[in-house]
Amino acid sequence: MKFLFSSFSLIMPLLSVGACAPQLVRVKPYERETLARPVMSRSLDPLQKAMTEHAYFSREATSGGGGVGGGGCGCN
Amino acid sequence: MKIPSIAIALVTAFSALSATAAEPGQALPKLAKLLPGASLPSTSGKVVLVDFWASWCGPCKASFPALNRLHEKYASKGLVIIGVGVDQDAGKYKQFAGKMGAKFSIVHDSAHKVAGTMNPPSMPTSYIADRKGVIRYVHSGFRGAKTEAEYVTEIDALLAEK
Repeated sequence: MKFLFSSFSLIMPLLSVGACAPQLVRVKPYERETLARPVMSRSLDPLQKAMTEHAYFSREATSGGGGVGGGGCGCN
Repeated sequence: MKIPSIAIALVTAFSALSATAAEPGQALPKLAKLLPGASLPSTSGKVVLVDFWASWCGPCKASFPALNRLHEKYASKGLVIIGVGVDQDAGKYKQFAGKMGAKFSIVHDSAHKVAGTMNPPSMPTSYIADRKGVIRYVHSGFRGAKTEAEYVTEIDALLAEK
């Protein structure tokens, strides 16, 4: 009984959060105004920025790479 | 272990929260209802192109001249272009529109009511609706001459429909 209750109270929140997680976490394309500001990029030096973004994109391609910082509008 | 039915009910309820994007075949939402007080052109019986843009969006800068050309060519034939600006800053909205010299109607959706309803998948996104108010084409992004050629083909086809 105790086991059932504790696993219920563990699984339920996980299921609920898992189901609505995309809405909780994702920034919508039209909400990217603040993220598009130049000061929000990882580096302001153009060469360092290009190198860092390339490395980041190569590793983080599954989540769109550096689309937020680089494209601003998410146009990639 | 039996998964409690309440967990299933919660999951389905939360999945309903996922906002659906406006798709071809759906009716174009009534912009006048979503933006009361905005000066919107009449759209009944006309082919409508709704374009979501912002001052911070690079391809939008490239799309404005194209939209201006479409407006000049097709406005007299029954095309209405409505540019929905999603900037939160009214100053940036006005500055961008002024600098780009928009000849078509633009409205300011600072509270993201229209954007939240139609849920554009990227910036910019254009929706083209036929004379009956049904969305027929969705353009996610703007790719220069290629997209402009697609617009021309689609608008020609929709204007030809009665």
